[in-house]
Amino acid sequence: MGDAIAEAFRLIAVGDAALWEIVSLSLRVSLTAVALACLIGLPLGALLAIARFPGRGALIVATNSLMGLPPVLAGLLVYLLLSRAGPLGPLELLYTPTAMIIAQTVLVTPIIVALSRQVIADMHQEYDEQLRSMGITTMGAVLTLLYDARLSLLTVALAGFGRAAAEVGAVMMVGGNINHVTRVMTTTIALETSKGNLAIAVGLGLVLMLIALTVNGALMALRGTQGVARHV
Amino acid sequence: MILRVLLLLTLVVLAPLAQASERFIVVQSTTSTENSGLYGWLLPQFTAESGIEVRVVAVGTGQALRNARNGDGDVLIVHARAAEDAFVADGHGVKRHDLMVNDFVIVGPGADPVGLGESPGATAALKRIADTGAKFVSRGDDSGTHKKELALWRAAGLDPTGDGGEWYRESGSGMGATLNIAIGMDAHTLTDRATWVSFGNKGDHAILVEGDPALQNPYGVILVNPEVHPGVRASDGQIFIDWLLSPTGQAAIAAFRVNGQQLFFPSAR
Repeated sequence: MGDAIAEAFRLIAVGDAALWEIVSLSLRVSLTAVALACLIGLPLGALLAIARFPGRGALIVATNSLMGLPPVLAGLLVYLLLSRAGPLGPLELLYTPTAMIIAQTVLVTPIIVALSRQVIADMHQEYDEQLRSMGITTMGAVLTLLYDARLSLLTVALAGFGRAAAEVGAVMMVGGNINHVTRVMTTTIALETSKGNLAIAVGLGLVLMLIALTVNGALMALRGTQGVARHV
Repeated sequence: MILRVLLLLTLVVLAPLAQASERFIVVQSTTSTENSGLYGWLLPQFTAESGIEVRVVAVGTGQALRNARNGDGDVLIVHARAAEDAFVADGHGVKRHDLMVNDFVIVGPGADPVGLGESPGATAALKRIADTGAKFVSRGDDSGTHKKELALWRAAGLDPTGDGGEWYRESGSGMGATLNIAIGMDAHTLTDRATWVSFGNKGDHAILVEGDPALQNPYGVILVNPEVHPGVRASDGQIFIDWLLSPTGQAAIAAFRVNGQQLFFPSAR
């Protein structure tokens, strides 16, 4: 373990070009996936919270269950879709960062939908009468509540980012862990472990945790200033 | 339905992100060539000469062959002769070429508690492992090494997968992960020499059985058939294969060293 911590510091201190390439690809893939998942998932979650339509209960159960979708299964499904033998094969997306973003978006979207639905549902209970009295449409209510709940929804996005940044099964399968092209933090950790370079693997793991800490810290700071501004 | 809409939406948003038209090929490969560092040595030399980038997906021979059967890859570098011949016979590959050889070894606890070092060959060593019930970890993943191991058990007249002995464990993982498990369990395992020599977590384990001609490990290279899989980058793939089999490529393979040791021996004819 001491070796690993020393290795983590060495990796950061040396500012290894290979490490930064991997870190920046990890961030690019996971942050893009979370952004897309929010784009899709937040309106969907809010709609599920507010609107009443047949099959709504089933849809809620389905999205809640999909939160447990195994990354390797998501990877396999996206692989079958993007493979040259699959329906989207001609797009030549397999083994590219785009394929990894798609796979992680599939993984993260159910989390965003399920958690944002809960957040918005709680808030909707509180504001329902007020919104009604102002004669606001369902669409208007969705937008209003999403805006009002933005700080809580930041935490929802963070949960999604945690899922994306931590998974290895999906990006390994659709990215192929190709050096300089699709190699990210988690696939590098898996590769170094398979080479028996355990200290480097744990060192990389610590760097990954540090990145997660930085992203969370930055958003927490953002949230803090927002919170203050609101009460002024 | 919703998933499909979401995916299409994602694709529309992401399409511009897809890689521009750089010149590259995708190689589906066994793991030993990647993990030992051979590609890190070989590929920059090829790219410098040809301007073609080589993207390696290192997944183990069984999965590499399956991916290539879907057309996901332009060139195959694997080590399971029978499966390679079947791949070409089924029309998925153009032709199989001998590329290089190394050998398999049986590794185990350095103290050699069951005396494998004294056995006259690989099959005798496996019989001894089975007789004494010494622990053995199998890849169990349909890789080239796994196929080789099963062939050796058959040659020894044994089927440890059938009688499910307490001593026989299938890891279902790659070579490196299997070595980590074998070392953690104080067990024996079959590995290619290249992965073993470059492996960083050997613990007290050592090579106990080596040098038996039955442990030869030939690697083949195959161009995926563009007539069956139209997306295959056949001309650039062929340039790569021609380079590997040329005197320059073969000399580069022979010059690769880990800890001063040659790990792969050219075998192109």
